[in-house]
Amino acid sequence: MPTHTFVLNGQQVTVDVEDDVRLLWVLRDILGVTGPKYGCGLGVCQACTSHVNGKAFNPCCTPVGDLQPTDQVTTIEGLPATVGQDLHPMQQAWLDMDVPQCGYCQPGQIMAAVAKVLQARAAGHQLGDADFDEIRNICRCGTYHRIREAISSAQTKF
Amino acid sequence: MSTEIEQPTGVSRRRFLGYVLAASTLTVAADLGAGATPAAAAVPGVPEPADLYDLNDMLTDATLATANLITITMNADGTASFALPRAEVGQGITTSTAMLIAEELDLPLSKVRVSLADARPELVFNQLTGGSNTTISTWTPVRVAAATAKQRLLEAAATELGVPLSALSALQGVITAPDGRSLGYAELAVSAASLTNLQVSVTLKAASAFTVIGTPQNRIDALDAVTGRKQFAMDVQVAGAMPAMICRPPTINGTVVSVQNQAAVQAMPGITDVAVVSTGVAVRGRTFGQCIDAVRALQVTWGPGSEDAATDASVLAELRAAENPLVVPPLPLLTEAIDARFTFHFASNSALETNCAVADVQAGSATIWASVKSPITAQEEIAAKLGLPVSAVTVHVTQGGGSFGRKLFHDAALEAAEVSQAMGKPVRLMWHRTDDFRHGRVHPMSISRVRATYSLGQVLTLDQRHTSVATEFGHGLGEIITASAAKLPVGGLTFSETIFTLTQQTPYNFGVTTQLLTEVDNGFHTGSMRNIYSPNVRCAQELVVDQLAAAMNQDPYRFRRGFLKDPRAVAVLDKVAQAGNWGRTMAPGTAQGIAIHAEYHGFVAVLVEIDCTPATVNRQIPDAVTGPRVTKAVCAVDVGLAVNPTGLQAQMMGGIMDGIAVTLTSSLHLADGVFQEGSWDNYFYTRQWNTPPELDIYVMPPTTGTPGGAGELAVAGAMAAVACAYGRATGTMPTTFPINHDAPLAFTPLPTVPPVPQSPTDGLGRAY
Ligand code: FES
Ligand code: FES
Repeated sequence: MPTHTFVLNGQQVTVDVEDDVRLLWVLRDILGVTGPKYGCGLGVCQACTSHVNGKAFNPCCTPVGDLQPTDQVTTIEGLPATVGQDLHPMQQAWLDMDVPQCGYCQPGQIMAAVAKVLQARAAGHQLGDADFDEIRNICRCGTYHRIREAISSAQTKF
Repeated sequence: MSTEIEQPTGVSRRRFLGYVLAASTLTVAADLGAGATPAAAAVPGVPEPADLYDLNDMLTDATLATANLITITMNADGTASFALPRAEVGQGITTSTAMLIAEELDLPLSKVRVSLADARPELVFNQLTGGSNTTISTWTPVRVAAATAKQRLLEAAATELGVPLSALSALQGVITAPDGRSLGYAELAVSAASLTNLQVSVTLKAASAFTVIGTPQNRIDALDAVTGRKQFAMDVQVAGAMPAMICRPPTINGTVVSVQNQAAVQAMPGITDVAVVSTGVAVRGRTFGQCIDAVRALQVTWGPGSEDAATDASVLAELRAAENPLVVPPLPLLTEAIDARFTFHFASNSALETNCAVADVQAGSATIWASVKSPITAQEEIAAKLGLPVSAVTVHVTQGGGSFGRKLFHDAALEAAEVSQAMGKPVRLMWHRTDDFRHGRVHPMSISRVRATYSLGQVLTLDQRHTSVATEFGHGLGEIITASAAKLPVGGLTFSETIFTLTQQTPYNFGVTTQLLTEVDNGFHTGSMRNIYSPNVRCAQELVVDQLAAAMNQDPYRFRRGFLKDPRAVAVLDKVAQAGNWGRTMAPGTAQGIAIHAEYHGFVAVLVEIDCTPATVNRQIPDAVTGPRVTKAVCAVDVGLAVNPTGLQAQMMGGIMDGIAVTLTSSLHLADGVFQEGSWDNYFYTRQWNTPPELDIYVMPPTTGTPGGAGELAVAGAMAAVACAYGRATGTMPTTFPINHDAPLAFTPLPTVPPVPQSPTDGLGRAY
């Protein structure tokens, strides 16, 4: 069986698994990292959203064989360490606004929000209503409004 | 059990019985049936059954029948723990329950731990989460148990400090004597324990003394949720429980005739087992990804399903044929009528977490982990399926990733148990998203005919005939209805008619009012969807109310105000009208809508503004339905007493998003015995681009002093307000829901064979 090496939340990991197995299953079923959630396996719901080299991506659509040994994969579990804190400011904003209901979508929402802010910052602007409208993550509990408030309050804090 | 006593202050306060149980640290208990008030308050006007005795009263009264205990344990580290016999699926009941305990125990909220109880068969009717009933039914018993604990801690402190109990004060988990000496609950947990079971009498705090109840609190599980630590069923690590999935038929309830390539699939990478089960062909493997590969590779000959010829049109025709005719009495001179019929299409109650469960079935026992709202029923049915005694089946209730009606059922738990038994191995069974839409439960299609007559400024009659594909309620609720039948104010009704009668009410004085349900039985898997009938029934009524107002030349807000039965309804309506600036001038193509809904001892009013201008309706977003946009929503809610206003606002917010979805965008399309939707880019639940940029939710000050239901209340109010606003913006009352249902499909349906799509491979390329 082929082996695959990449950096997961700051630590190098190596797994024995077929090339085409999507990273979501490598994380959840083999490595036991359960923060990224399954909601579709189709790149639609965004519940699995994590970061690769600082950009948001869907592990459910990424064959593990596509990763290079130097690729940095960050899941919600590793997000605080990217800013050297116990909680990322985006997570803190989620707590301040009491965003989660069932919570199932929220790891993906937070990872998407962080990437969205960084993307906008690189383009030289802050997120507003038009940008929020571009976020595709499903929240079946309907927490969208508090998500907007949380992102607005956190976007200048990291 | 309670007695009225006269307090020295002259205030009548009720005393309740609590129990101290024999244990090594302080363990207290209360009867879960304690203190529920029999519901029989009369209301002005001609009362309908649901005005007098509603679904919630039935659920609460059913819990009175069983004298079973819930217990709170004081731990040696100063925390208190409680296992709640209900399911947390996002509605915030672990937080509100912890608040009740913190209040009566005088312990910081952060020191209260609330977990979910395993199935407890002895609780009989008292372990069902449904009908927005949790806080209503646990309000008194949980506080009695906490008050018992505090009294016991005070007694122990009095002994240790050598001062009279009356001189002690308890605050934030610390008991202090007049001389300043103090003891924390941690130090008293063991000395306050009892060697024998004791019965004690306690008085609950007066509402005026509340410092926690009624204050905004954030969820106790939020930190776990935002760090990814919150454990859902698929996150539970059970040794040997490998991923499992089912290859499902191309039509609803299709059956396996034969499998052509079982051995070849079993030899695929990662796959350990393949077995035919009652719902399809089960595969088990190292990863879900490999299970998806195996499901797609299986070559199965399928037998017919239960609805192979059915389409939206055929079901609609069936409903029309079954509709109960309206008896039209001869009308007095000058009487006019509004007569309208509405269609509500199939909708999906799929949560973001798909149906799933972990099962470990051994020779003489079974252990299940799943989020189920009726765990006792799950335990009984799993035992029956496996051929095991009920006592050999353990059901652990996990945190749920949403429910919306789904988790009243335990389809995945039953299936996981069957698969585990067939394979002789533990499994972690999960439904694919596509299966969850196509084979999961649906909210049934229905039609509603409403006829109102009016004359000389009065509404004389309102008749509603609701005709629906049958709704399954889940066995747990069925048992309660059967057992409660004798005391219901409605005799001789079928099961669903009973539910309909207990939940549906008209908040207006509209003269003679009749509301009847007719069901068409068939082969769909159905269930409630964040309420059973109300969103559809009440949306139809409120649209007719707007028509009545227009016909009688009145403003929709003032018209409603004039006919409302209850002052609490008037208060929430006034609140949204004032806060939402009702009647302000709106641009062409945009409009306000206002509506009211009463249920579960609560009242909600919603005012929305909608934008139906072409520029908004025709917004282009890939793989999306944009359409009209609700640009603003204002909601006012009165549940009697909001235990946690922040949580209540969250429930209203979610309900409003649901109301927007079922009015404007989300439905299932039935063709040739299968629903066409297979992903969230087919089933258009509210997304960020449909979310109102402005949202204000007002929690009314306490009115009754006891909490009412909250989880479902807002959906009907929001649906009705959005529909009314749409009608006013476009000049045409909408009669089909969602409004886009009959437009060409906004997606290309996924194939039905293989039953699930392969995951894309372009993840890195789409990174942003
Ligand atoms: S599970 Fe990855 S996008 Fe839905
Ligand atoms: S919080 Fe439940 S799906 Fe978003």
